[in-house]
Amino acid sequence: MTDTAAAPLSTSAPARVERPSAIAFLGYAFALIIIVWSFAGAGFSIEKMVTAPPRFADFIDRAFPPNFEPDVLARLGWKMLETLQIALAGAVLGVILSFPVALLAARGLVAGPWVNSVVRTILGFVRAVPDIAWALVFVVAVGLGPFAGMLAIMVDTIGFCGRFFADDMEAADKGPAEALTATGAGKLDVVACATVPAASPAFVSTSLFALEKAVRSSTILGLVGAGGIGIELKVGFDLFDYPTAMTVILMIAVVVIAIEQLSGWARTKIIGHQR
Amino acid sequence: MSEASTSDTVLERSQTTGASYAPVSPCDLEADAVGKTFGEAYVFRDVSFRLARGEAVALVGANGTGKSTLLRCIMGLIPVSEGEVTLLDTPVSAARPRDLRDLRSRMGLVSQKHNLVARMSVLSNVIHGLLGQRSGLRYWTQTLAPAEARDAAMAALERVGLAHLAARRADRLSGGQSQRVAIARALVAEPRILIADEPCASLDPAAGEDVMDLFFNLVRDEGVTVVFTSHNVDHALRYGDRVLGLANGKLQLDATSASLAPTDLRGLYD
Repeated sequence: MTDTAAAPLSTSAPARVERPSAIAFLGYAFALIIIVWSFAGAGFSIEKMVTAPPRFADFIDRAFPPNFEPDVLARLGWKMLETLQIALAGAVLGVILSFPVALLAARGLVAGPWVNSVVRTILGFVRAVPDIAWALVFVVAVGLGPFAGMLAIMVDTIGFCGRFFADDMEAADKGPAEALTATGAGKLDVVACATVPAASPAFVSTSLFALEKAVRSSTILGLVGAGGIGIELKVGFDLFDYPTAMTVILMIAVVVIAIEQLSGWARTKIIGHQR
Repeated sequence: MSEASTSDTVLERSQTTGASYAPVSPCDLEADAVGKTFGEAYVFRDVSFRLARGEAVALVGANGTGKSTLLRCIMGLIPVSEGEVTLLDTPVSAARPRDLRDLRSRMGLVSQKHNLVARMSVLSNVIHGLLGQRSGLRYWTQTLAPAEARDAAMAALERVGLAHLAARRADRLSGGQSQRVAIARALVAEPRILIADEPCASLDPAAGEDVMDLFFNLVRDEGVTVVFTSHNVDHALRYGDRVLGLANGKLQLDATSASLAPTDLRGLYD
């Protein structure tokens, strides 16, 4: 430490921890009560925590070794392929349809504040409904099978990408847009030539996250009859065929991790190390 | 607006604000008692000046005096809080959006940060300068652009000496090259008025000199009216026919460059 540092300061350093105000203290206490209440509502039980590991070990014992018989692997492989097809088709359609929706949702671009609010509220509703619930709705609407799953993924992707594309466009550098506005360019031209290209790295990143999310979602849509490998997982557990169920779980884990790695690699290749 | 201010001649002040005027040539831009507030706070008020066709005017002042805000008010990018800006005989505040776009299509903007679209080619960026006059999908990228738009953009690039970089992505250019492309984009639509907001502030001194020389050679050749801001006193005096000085929220100086010495401008920065 130097002599200068030892010189007396005209202003003392702030307290390490600030004393909360009475209202803040009540807020912390209320939050703590809500958390404890939630644990009670969730049936949190120390007894079950203690007895669960032996039961889990019993399941693992009955599930291993996984079922790697060739005919089972072939059947599950085709189902996994169908799962990926559902995810890819749903995600691509969802990303494409998200663009016009995002243009209407983004503040200060092509639509007025009322339209922005209405579209953002609808997107909020779409995101609030879980993908499995959308799958149930589409199974009713179009029948059992992968098409219902694809539609569920598409709607879920619109909810996700519509919101984030809009945020990405709002956050894009305004400089190029102002430069084009100053030339007399119309709103649509400015958005197409300045805002969208400026936001395109974020679009790519968001789209790849949407694809990862779609792959994860599509693996369980089969539980409600919307196609994909999820149905094999359900049948495996229903028939106590734990080795086959374990094979499905391992396949899902391998494919999801592989897609995440591929997506990360593509993100770096396409947009570099920015977000 | 006064009767005198609506005439098609500009009255140039001989020295400082409040001094007498003398008619010189048709007026492209007039600010009449313009003021701008953000919330309750005035950025500037009662700013009045007129620009003759083909005149180059330097707008100087310390940081925060509202130079960039005044330029944005002039272009109608943000509204004035009081007073009126008249561009090419059209009052900006009364102009409908369509009229405002028509006005802007006869103007160009070169800004400190260049503001090119980073992920597009140099040629596409220059073609975008035509969007005020020719709208639509075909002008969004050089791939779709009509031959005459490509030719006009290539000619503009030729004038700034960068035709050989037409295919390069804008984010792969140096600072000086970026600013030259921004100048080509501003010139491609053959504007009547050019606004330049600290055009060389982000460049090293040598590149800054090159860009200013190029910029003013081009606009002088074509008789374009120019308003530019600069913190460089020498640039203001060398490239401006006239110097306007903002300080303390007022226009404190309006004089011909020939009548000023660098020391006359130093007071604006105190």
